[in-house]
Amino acid sequence: MSDARANGQTPIIISLVVSLMLAIAPAPDWAEPFRPDWVTLTLIYWSMTFPGNYSVGVAWIIGLIVDVAQGTLLGQHALAFTIVIYVTVKFHLQLRQFPILQLTATVFALLALYQFVLFWINGVAGVNAPVVAYWGPVLSGTLVWPLVSIILAGLRQRVRR
Amino acid sequence: MAAAESKKQHRSPYSPALGLRLLLLAGLSILIQYIDHRDNHLDAVRKAIGATVYPLRVVVDAPVSAWRWLDDTTASRNQLQLENSRLNTERLMTQARLQRYSALEAENSRLRDMLEARTRVRERVRVAEIMSVSANPFRHVLVVDKGTNAGVFDGQAIVDANGVVGQVIEAGVASSQCLLISDPGHDLPVEVNRNGLRTIARGTGNFDQLDLPFLPNNADIEPGDLLVTSGLGGVFPSGYPVAVVDTVTRIPQEPFALVTARPSAALNQVREVMLIWDDEDKEPEIPEPEPEPEAIQPVDSEAGSDTGDLTDESTPESEDESGDETEGETNE
Repeated sequence: MSDARANGQTPIIISLVVSLMLAIAPAPDWAEPFRPDWVTLTLIYWSMTFPGNYSVGVAWIIGLIVDVAQGTLLGQHALAFTIVIYVTVKFHLQLRQFPILQLTATVFALLALYQFVLFWINGVAGVNAPVVAYWGPVLSGTLVWPLVSIILAGLRQRVRR
Repeated sequence: MAAAESKKQHRSPYSPALGLRLLLLAGLSILIQYIDHRDNHLDAVRKAIGATVYPLRVVVDAPVSAWRWLDDTTASRNQLQLENSRLNTERLMTQARLQRYSALEAENSRLRDMLEARTRVRERVRVAEIMSVSANPFRHVLVVDKGTNAGVFDGQAIVDANGVVGQVIEAGVASSQCLLISDPGHDLPVEVNRNGLRTIARGTGNFDQLDLPFLPNNADIEPGDLLVTSGLGGVFPSGYPVAVVDTVTRIPQEPFALVTARPSAALNQVREVMLIWDDEDKEPEIPEPEPEPEAIQPVDSEAGSDTGDLTDESTPESEDESGDETEGETNE
């Protein structure tokens, strides 16, 4: 873990920035509800790998940025990220041992938790949205998770070097 | 990433501080959500964070603008000639229409003079390009490439060639976020062009549908009626086309008819929009309707719009002033 800090975390920061860009990139209308939660997936991966460096604090700050970028209630994504990353960090040792299939299932649960927090806040704030807007990202996010984890694992080799 | 640095002391993920940090950050998130929901005290924070997001938007937008640039520069001579002739005919037709329009405008202002009403001032418009459309299906927000440095202000109306698109909700320095009229939290005061019937058009979260929830069963409205902005509400100048009534369903036992309309503007296809500056120097006078609190109530839309139609004449708002100030700067 300390190597990661010593080596500079540029690859990790770049991956987070890229995930933010994917989150705000324009997409056709029909694809919009199925946009994977790129930032969530990236954060889950890094907090699982380096829980000492990437924990709830980083998640919270990135959540605020996402809130501003998407024009949602300030603090909504921040809260959702914080909760999801808390669970991830709490169980990171187990998660690291999981085979890819089981890990993907866990990521599904984490994404569902994430959307649930958003859903809950939207409910309190009185924002309505179609159901597909909540389930779409969970399903697509689960599908792309193996790919994301392979790419980020490649980056991780660089961090460790 | 200063926060990551500050956490050096909590190296172990198992330290009791993790739970504590969760509680702290969750509490903080709920607190700022509460503040953000209630008022706009956090605008400065939003702007600051928004400034960090701006470069990302530019990068994300780069491939699209590069493609358009390439498309423009490599257009063939033939294509250009075709487009040129098409534009020329279009210009002629518009000019012909404009001649009538200016006569009508003169007549209108004369009539208004006779009524001792304030002459309606001409609006100034400026074209802005759309940088990105909301990535969030809950909110129909788009980002345009003009900000406060171009004189954009919060609450400014945005139209495209066919009708009203939305309004600025957050004017950043070099880009601004705009709420579309189709956002589920957006309410827009409109009137039926045929008979002046006033009502509220509410977004549905669907790009091609608006609801008119407050029309009684006996209201004089038919499919095909054009809805235009009424100018009440103070955000949109009056007379811009908003939508065409699509369906009218009258259910006898219900108090209100179910009316849906289709926005005139192509909300999900626009690439350029026009920002409108309402060039007025005078103070609002009696005949001019006063702005209502807001045409948009992103969250308390229920309570707000029920009474919106009744209260808008009686609640003066200071919003106009802020608009005028920004405008003053740009004029100089």
